[in-house]
Amino acid sequence: MTMIFGVPLMVFMGQLMLGLINGAFYALLSLGLAVIFGLLKIINFAHGAMYMLGAFAALLGLQYLGLNYWAALLVVPLVVGGLGMLIERFILRRIAHLDHLYGLLLTFGLALIFEGSLTNFFGVSGSSYPTPEALQGGVNLGFMFLPIYRGWVLIAALAVCLATWFIIERTRLGAYLRAGTENPALMQAFGVNVPQLITLTYGFGVALAAFAGVLAAPLYPVSPTMGSSLLIVVFAVVVIGGMGSIIGAVITGLAMGLIEGLTKVYYPEAANTVIFVVMVVVLMLRPAGLFGKEA
Amino acid sequence: MSATRTLTPAMKLRRKAKVRRNILYLVLLAIALVAPFVAYPVFLMKLLCFALFACAFNLLLGYAGLLSFGHAAFLATGGYFTGIMLASYPGLTPELGILIGTLASVVLGTLFGALAIRRQGIYFAMVTLALSQMMFFFFIQAPFTGGEDGLHGVPRGELFGIISLDNNINMYYFVLAVFLIGFAIIRRAVHSPYGQVLRAIRENEPRAVSLGYNVDAYKLVAFVLSAGLAGLAGSTKTVVFQLASLTDAHWHMSGEVILMTLLGGVGTLFGPLVGAGVVVSLQTQLAQSPLGNWVSVILGAIFVICVLSFRSGIVGEIQKVVKKNFK
Repeated sequence: MTMIFGVPLMVFMGQLMLGLINGAFYALLSLGLAVIFGLLKIINFAHGAMYMLGAFAALLGLQYLGLNYWAALLVVPLVVGGLGMLIERFILRRIAHLDHLYGLLLTFGLALIFEGSLTNFFGVSGSSYPTPEALQGGVNLGFMFLPIYRGWVLIAALAVCLATWFIIERTRLGAYLRAGTENPALMQAFGVNVPQLITLTYGFGVALAAFAGVLAAPLYPVSPTMGSSLLIVVFAVVVIGGMGSIIGAVITGLAMGLIEGLTKVYYPEAANTVIFVVMVVVLMLRPAGLFGKEA
Repeated sequence: MSATRTLTPAMKLRRKAKVRRNILYLVLLAIALVAPFVAYPVFLMKLLCFALFACAFNLLLGYAGLLSFGHAAFLATGGYFTGIMLASYPGLTPELGILIGTLASVVLGTLFGALAIRRQGIYFAMVTLALSQMMFFFFIQAPFTGGEDGLHGVPRGELFGIISLDNNINMYYFVLAVFLIGFAIIRRAVHSPYGQVLRAIRENEPRAVSLGYNVDAYKLVAFVLSAGLAGLAGSTKTVVFQLASLTDAHWHMSGEVILMTLLGGVGTLFGPLVGAGVVVSLQTQLAQSPLGNWVSVILGAIFVICVLSFRSGIVGEIQKVVKKNFK
């Protein structure tokens, strides 16, 4: 059997694939954070909770409404995104004129509320979501065994990242968004409804998190705390990449997933911390982040 | 000379305010001295430890304007180091154990501070959170922390080798002394020229830079001071409860100390004390009531309410009322 630095090729590729999947989630979540940060200038601490709500909505939809996976993939981001828009319209907007650290604190409070409530009803142990029938099983690629669902997650996540890039960089709405990031007051003077744009942006960022949640449901145990631990890693990813560019967020997310996967193969004790270590190194060498502009 | 003895009205007012403040301090001290005979000493000690923790955090947020989301790391580092030292060297007296724990936090604070001040605002918060999560994983995996179970049965020992701390009243007065020392350090720092510069940096960093201040050095000293005092709180807490656990290192703890400070009043000396009092009492009360499972939801709701409509905190609001009516 082929070995790579003393590790069987199959094992090596399998871990790399797992890392890439994690990286896809980092990419999706940090993308949403970056989109929200661009216009609202706040870090959405509730992002992990929204990801968790996405997974729970898929699970509960299946159990109580018979909503299948494909419908959930479409409906759940819309519903959770709608919830996000309500949060922006009725809560975040009231503190928009304050120091942006208040936004962080407020969304942290919201995250505690969502996480705590669901913990009371469902406990912390987590339930599993069945893999949709069409995506069960796997294929042997010769050098590795690829479960179809994992391949699908990777493709779907990358497609959504690409679509987000397209919307923001190549459409009129995206042009408004970028202009709003630069100078919202001037935009408003030109007759663009900036408050509405902000609401939509927050809703969109949250919808991305919820979409990631639905994708994650068949992979990881669906539990109320699934979002918060992930979010802290995503924060480190955001610090590493900087929030300046979409492509940067996606590349950093995937790269960090890969590094994590490699660490799991060669030095499993450090797998939990390797991304934080990378963050430390980046802070020492390039404080603004790999793709960031000094803010 | 008689000329130096004439007081301007402004000086009179200031002198009057000083007398009033000293009376307030004396009253509070008297309450603190009598408290263990009225209330449960262990609860009071818990409160004092968290109050010191929150005061240390407030030094950073309230006076330097730096929001650290990772202060749990310093609380836990102090706690674990003190716990390990006291448990493995039975001859070590508790005050030395606490000193070692505090020094460990100072070292960690220097490292983390030097990294974190390279970024500002929201990034600073994210960096500190990520660094403290790294410590959390370190404490889970390290062979000497007891992993998920934590360190149990840390001996309280005898203070200076003479006074037994197994007696709760003795222990209480020791904790009170530690708190007062920590509080005095913070008060001194805040009212010194150094504290003035910190506030100048908080208000307008570019201006402080252009005035020639080495802003990074000022921030780093504030960070190290805050981390060290947080470590002192954690070390003392370990001696009181004879236990160091992962709860102290979890990011929820970093959130709780922010809540204590926010609720009590950011940038006020007594705010964190009041905030810690309210949060610790609330947690203790709720834990015994049928609402016990809802603690995290209730804390979250208080967070939201504080940010939306109570940003000066309890002490901040009281100060506003006092200023309006007694001038």
